Amino acid sequence: MDATTEHVGDAVGTNVETNIDMDDLMQKMAEHKGCGTSGSSGKASCGSGAGQNDLPTEIWEKVKNHPCYSEEAHHHYARMHVAVAPACNIQCNYCNRKYDCANESRPGVVSEKLTPEQAAKKVLAVASTIPQMTVLGIAGPGDPLANPEKTFKTFELISKTAPDIKLCLSTNGLTLPDHVDTIARYNVDHVTITINMVDPEVGAKIYPWIFWKHKRYTGYEAAKILTDRQLQGLEMLTERGILCKINSVMIPGINDQHLVEVNKAVKSRGAFLHNIMPLISAPEHGTVFGLNGQRGPSAQELKALQDSCEGEMNMMRHCRQCRADAVGLLGEDRSAEFTTDKIMAMDVNYDMEGRKAYQAMVEEERVAKVAAKQEELETLAGAQSDIKLLVAVATKGSGLINEHFGHAKEFQVYELSTAGAKFVGHRRVDLYCQGGFGDEDSLETVIRAINDCHAVFVAKVGGCPKADLAKAGIDPVDQYAHEFIEKSAITWFKDYLDKVKSGEIEHVARGDAAIRQGALISAA
Amino acid sequence: MTLKIIASQCTSCSACEPECPNVAISEKNGTFVIDPKKCTECLGHFDEPQCAAVCPVDNTCVIDPAFPRYQVPA
Repeated sequence: MDATTEHVGDAVGTNVETNIDMDDLMQKMAEHKGCGTSGSSGKASCGSGAGQNDLPTEIWEKVKNHPCYSEEAHHHYARMHVAVAPACNIQCNYCNRKYDCANESRPGVVSEKLTPEQAAKKVLAVASTIPQMTVLGIAGPGDPLANPEKTFKTFELISKTAPDIKLCLSTNGLTLPDHVDTIARYNVDHVTITINMVDPEVGAKIYPWIFWKHKRYTGYEAAKILTDRQLQGLEMLTERGILCKINSVMIPGINDQHLVEVNKAVKSRGAFLHNIMPLISAPEHGTVFGLNGQRGPSAQELKALQDSCEGEMNMMRHCRQCRADAVGLLGEDRSAEFTTDKIMAMDVNYDMEGRKAYQAMVEEERVAKVAAKQEELETLAGAQSDIKLLVAVATKGSGLINEHFGHAKEFQVYELSTAGAKFVGHRRVDLYCQGGFGDEDSLETVIRAINDCHAVFVAKVGGCPKADLAKAGIDPVDQYAHEFIEKSAITWFKDYLDKVKSGEIEHVARGDAAIRQGALISAA
Repeated sequence: MTLKIIASQCTSCSACEPECPNVAISEKNGTFVIDPKKCTECLGHFDEPQCAAVCPVDNTCVIDPAFPRYQVPA
């Protein structure tokens, strides 16, 4: 669904004039690097931290409850996509538009497409049912800007009926320069551009063709047009103060090394956040990459690339590569509750005050969580150790360790060091517990997915998996059930360091882990 | 001849519909169809048939041999 970019020396739109306020803002963003999980090592893995910290107020207001632009917000706030944009104007080797399965979770896939009117009704229905739903995005299943009438009609309807909802869109960027003014007019203040390259030689291996100005272009020429248009669009957006996230698909052997160049190119054009995602390429998806055996990266490869770009700008690591009709918190998908049949039958009463009150409660929870983490972090002050390790966490949201090991559909991964606890990713797993019976094969899958972690934090875990986890060298930790994730992780880490110091345990590095490619099934 | 859309391969993405210079494409029963009376194979409009150029599935918008070749009016 999305596109890529390519930038050559003479790329379009260099030396764009910016006004003084924007320069100042960009400078502040550059200094801050957008993120503020204080106490973490290096840059944080998100668009913003738990508090405003030194983010300019206008930026903070935009990201504080956007789950995609703020890692911390994604524990508390939900988003939804409406599938009003089926047409696309480019072809990507990692996308197959024919495939459509309800159990499939990846971009470009939806169960049903909507008219703008149906989409507006759906947004009201979801917003009334899920008061922490703060963001509406249009992300396909094609390209929103290849369907400009449907996309902007949807924004127009929603901005009238639910003005408190933030609007965003995700595009391949090919026609972006033509629509920047309309995007600004509808107050869309978050735009994601998928940029997989800034070199057409690389792009030719990712994009077989583009359709532009009534003509199909292929090869180098197609990739050159695409990258020029993407970078021009990015510059035009940042010039207008619209926050831009760049999505890049990491394709080992094709653009993995090159994404460092992409990172520099988009950072210099004012992008706020960079989201490097693993290629999804199972043969059953029927994509070019799926069929020719192109592999995706391992967890370690992905993290190494993200870490190497992090010195340059904020990296998003909490992306779930969701469908173009996803609904809910990022780690969940409630779209089955809101099919067109169901929403058309719903009697919706949009309660803006109720939503406000609920969100105020969420804010209190956030503040408590941050305070707990800060307090715990202070007790780490003075601790000296080079040990850095990963732990996995089973959570249902709200920043709490509140999920049973066997019910977890994914684990969140935190990196612990004397600098604190830093969110660095998540791992999808099969549902291990199927109606009370533990399935041994699934347990193996879970262990492979979190094999690089020293411990797994859960609300509860059965005797059998507990023993198997310990045997695999992963400490099953259940004594922090229903407590804050970061605070608990820091407490555990202090204890770990003490044990290493006293010689009770020996610190051993862990191996690599697999990124799961299969279907994400709804929890039973 | 005109172009036709092979229904079993159409993803109903709608990309072809707005590209047609003759407004010959519409949605019927979940997929898109070309009205042979209106299709000009884009002759006189563009270098290549627009529906075929934008279609994400290869060999889905194809020449329909059941109709005579379109002639550009003199």
